Order: sequence, then C-alpha cells, then structure tokens
Amino acid sequence: MSRMPKMTISVPHEGGAGLTGSWRTFRPVVDRETCNHCGICAMFCPDAVIDPDTLEIDLVYCKGCGICSNECPKKCIKMVREEH
Amino acid sequence: MTEIPKEEMLLKCPSTCAGCGSLLALRYILKAAGKDTVLVIPACCNSVIQGVYPYMLHTVPVYNIAFAAAAACASGMSEALRAKGEKTNVIVYAGDGGTADIGIQALSGALERGEDFLYICYDNEAYGNTGMQRSGATPLGAITTTTPNGKTVNKKDLDRIVEAHNLPYQATACSSYPADIYNKVKKALSIPGPKFIHILAPCPPGWRIPSEKTVEIGKMAVKSGIWVLWEKEYDKFTVSAPSRAAMKRPVPVGEYLKAQGRFRKVDEKTAAVIQANVDKNLKKIALEAAQSEETE
Ligand SMILES: Cc1ncc(C[n+]2csc(CCOP(=O)(O)OP(=O)(O)O)c2C)c(N)n1
Ligand code: SF4
Ligand code: SF4
Ligand code: SF4
Ligand SMILES: [Mg+2]
Repeated sequence: MSRMPKMTISVPHEGGAGLTGSWRTFRPVVDRETCNHCGICAMFCPDAVIDPDTLEIDLVYCKGCGICSNECPKKCIKMVREEH
Repeated sequence: MTEIPKEEMLLKCPSTCAGCGSLLALRYILKAAGKDTVLVIPACCNSVIQGVYPYMLHTVPVYNIAFAAAAACASGMSEALRAKGEKTNVIVYAGDGGTADIGIQALSGALERGEDFLYICYDNEAYGNTGMQRSGATPLGAITTTTPNGKTVNKKDLDRIVEAHNLPYQATACSSYPADIYNKVKKALSIPGPKFIHILAPCPPGWRIPSEKTVEIGKMAVKSGIWVLWEKEYDKFTVSAPSRAAMKRPVPVGEYLKAQGRFRKVDEKTAAVIQANVDKNLKKIALEAAQSEETE
C-alpha cells in the first residue's frame, strides 16, 4: 500500500508565492536628501519590503502599490514608471 | 505602550493584490501574537495568498479549513492544546463573508461555549476572493458583481450580534491604524476565553480605489464615523483614541463615498440615508461609552 501523506503540508520559504516585484508597473524611488527617517513608509507597507533600519526597498518583492509614497509625510517617495 | 517588534512573521511576499489592507492588518496581528501561535483560516483571500505548495510565507502553522468550520476547528484545537497544558494562541483569520454569513453559526456556538481563542474578522465588505460578490457586510449603496446598481439594504451589524454573547474581550480596528491593532491583539491574547476583533480592511480592486489609497481610505472611514474604533473588556466599553477625536467633529461621509468607485451610483437620497445611519450609530456609541463610564 502506498504511503500517501494524510495532509498536504507546506513549509515556510521566502519567494514561496513567486517574485512579486515582477507585478510592478511603478517603482518607488526615495529622495534620501529629504527623507527624515520617520519610518512611516515601512510601517504602512503591507508587504513589509521596506527595511525599518536602512529604509532600503526590496525591489525583488515590492509590488509597487504606492502606499509608501502616498503616506510619506515629506512627500519624498516618487513612483516612477518601470521600463519593461 | 510596548514597542512593536521589528521582526516580520510573514516571509516575502504573500500574493495579495498590491495595497491589500488585510495583509497590512495580518502583519501586525502576527507581530502581537508572536511565534507560539496557530492560525485557522477558512476559504477567503487569506487562504489563497499563503504561497504555492509545498511552500508558504507564514512562519506560524496555518490550518486551512472549510468555510463554515473555522470557529469549530479553532475550538477543538484550543481544547486539545489546553488539555496538553500548552498556551499556544489559537487565532482565526476569516473574511466578512466567512464570518457574517457562512461561519456565523459555528462562531456563535464557540462564543457561547466560552472557548479560549481569538476570532479576527477582516472586513473587505464583500466576497473578495471569488470576484467581489456582495456579502452581509457589504454596505448600503456599494456596487459589487451581484449588486451592479449598488446594494439596496444595510450592512449587517456583526459587532452587535457578537456583543450579544457577552465576551470577555471584543474590539473593532482598521488596517490604517497598525499600532491600535497591535495593542488590541496583545490585550485580547492576555485574556482567557473567547475574544473577537473586527478589522476594516480596504481592498483596492473591490472598493475600486487606487492601490496607494488603502491607508488613506481606511482613515477616512474612521474620520467620517462610518467605522468606529472601540473596545469592550467585559462590561467596560471604550472608544479608541482615533475615533474619540473623529467623533468630536466627524467629516461628512460623502467624502468617503466619493473617494471610492464602488459608491459611484449612490444618489443624493441614498447618501442622506447613509449619513443618517452614521449619525444614529455615533449617538448609540457615545451613549454606550457614557453609560460604561458611569458604572465604573
Ligand atoms: C462552501 C464554500 N462555498 C463557496 C466557496 C468559494 N469561496 C472561496 S473564498 C470565497 C469568498 C470569501 O469571502 P470572504 O469571507 O469575505 O473573504 P475574502 O475573499 O473577501 O477575503 C468564496 C465564496 C468555498 N470555498 N466554499
Ligand atoms: S510601493 Fe507598496 S510594496 Fe512597494 S515599498 Fe511602497 S508600500 Fe511597499
Ligand atoms: S515616510 Fe518618507 S520621510 Fe519617512 S522614512 Fe519613509 S521616505 Fe523617509
Ligand atoms: S481582493 Fe482585496 S482583500 Fe483580497 S487580496 Fe486583493 S486587495 Fe486583498
Ligand atoms: Mg470579504
């Protein structure tokens, strides 16, 4: 008798739903001169792709939703069209 | 207030649409709950965004379960864990369709039995995963694929249905206020017995809003008073800070409606009904808060 697993079980693995950065049509570009490191962009990014310490945006996964740009109090994140 | 941990409990990245309010909320729920947690998720957006087999993005165990069974599953899980002497948090994360409509019987049963778990309903006000059919939680006037001219009846008052079960802890929240979500989940999990949190979670495709507006629209919901943030610990009812500020001088609900494509067929008459409903509800809430203060 074959030993089929009783349940399908997945394991945690980064990228397990694909590289979501490929969805992006607009890319967030931060003006580091104006940024005051308040962290609001990182707090509101639904996908948590903004590093809370360095504020680096992980473009492999950033979906380009634009929330960071919309919520930045200094208005220093521009959404720039991707050239695919 | 404790500091919110930096560590993320979700790996990059679940396949929610860009700008999903329900994912933003889940980030902070899991930060509050920590590693010793099991999620129970019935059919909804949050069951299909977890990753592709054999991979997942959630770093805590997730049990995916049939629609009507979430609260029953969580009951059994919690009973088994407690019987083994384990304190593991059992949290249901379910949509509004899965809660206000399909799962309400199992939910009511589990709340009545006094099971030790936290039920969180994220409310995008429609059946999102299957393409935005109306649910009991869809608000008056909203266009969905099954209400192409706007819903003709009111949103079901899920919170007052749940309130009738007299829970040790119940709250409302919104994905635009992550610290409030974090604090409420922390508090809920510190209390034994059944807990319920209802989170408004704006949904760009469903609400027909640009993806960058999710947080802004959620804040507008609170500022207009169409969504009120409050919590109830046993009999102590408190309006949460953002809503306390909003209730002093609510923004006209018309601004909230106009900002969303799903309300584009709302005429003046319906808009007036929606505003009157908001006013009436705000009065009720102010009264409940005042009465609760008096009995302190
Ligand atoms: C018994 C049953 N009926 C219908 C479905 C199809 N279905 C899957 S998800 C879903 C929508 C759920 O809506 P909601 O609970 O509001 O969560 P959302 O998708 O909006 O996140 C439906 C109808 C199902 N999986 N099982
Ligand atoms: S565009 Fe969206 S996904 Fe990308 S960093 Fe900004 S908030 Fe995050
Ligand atoms: S929100 Fe704006 S100012 Fe604040 S850290 Fe992000 S980019 Fe800088
Ligand atoms: S349909 Fe709405 S709730 Fe579902 S994943 Fe997309 S944005 Fe999130
Ligand atoms: Mg829904």
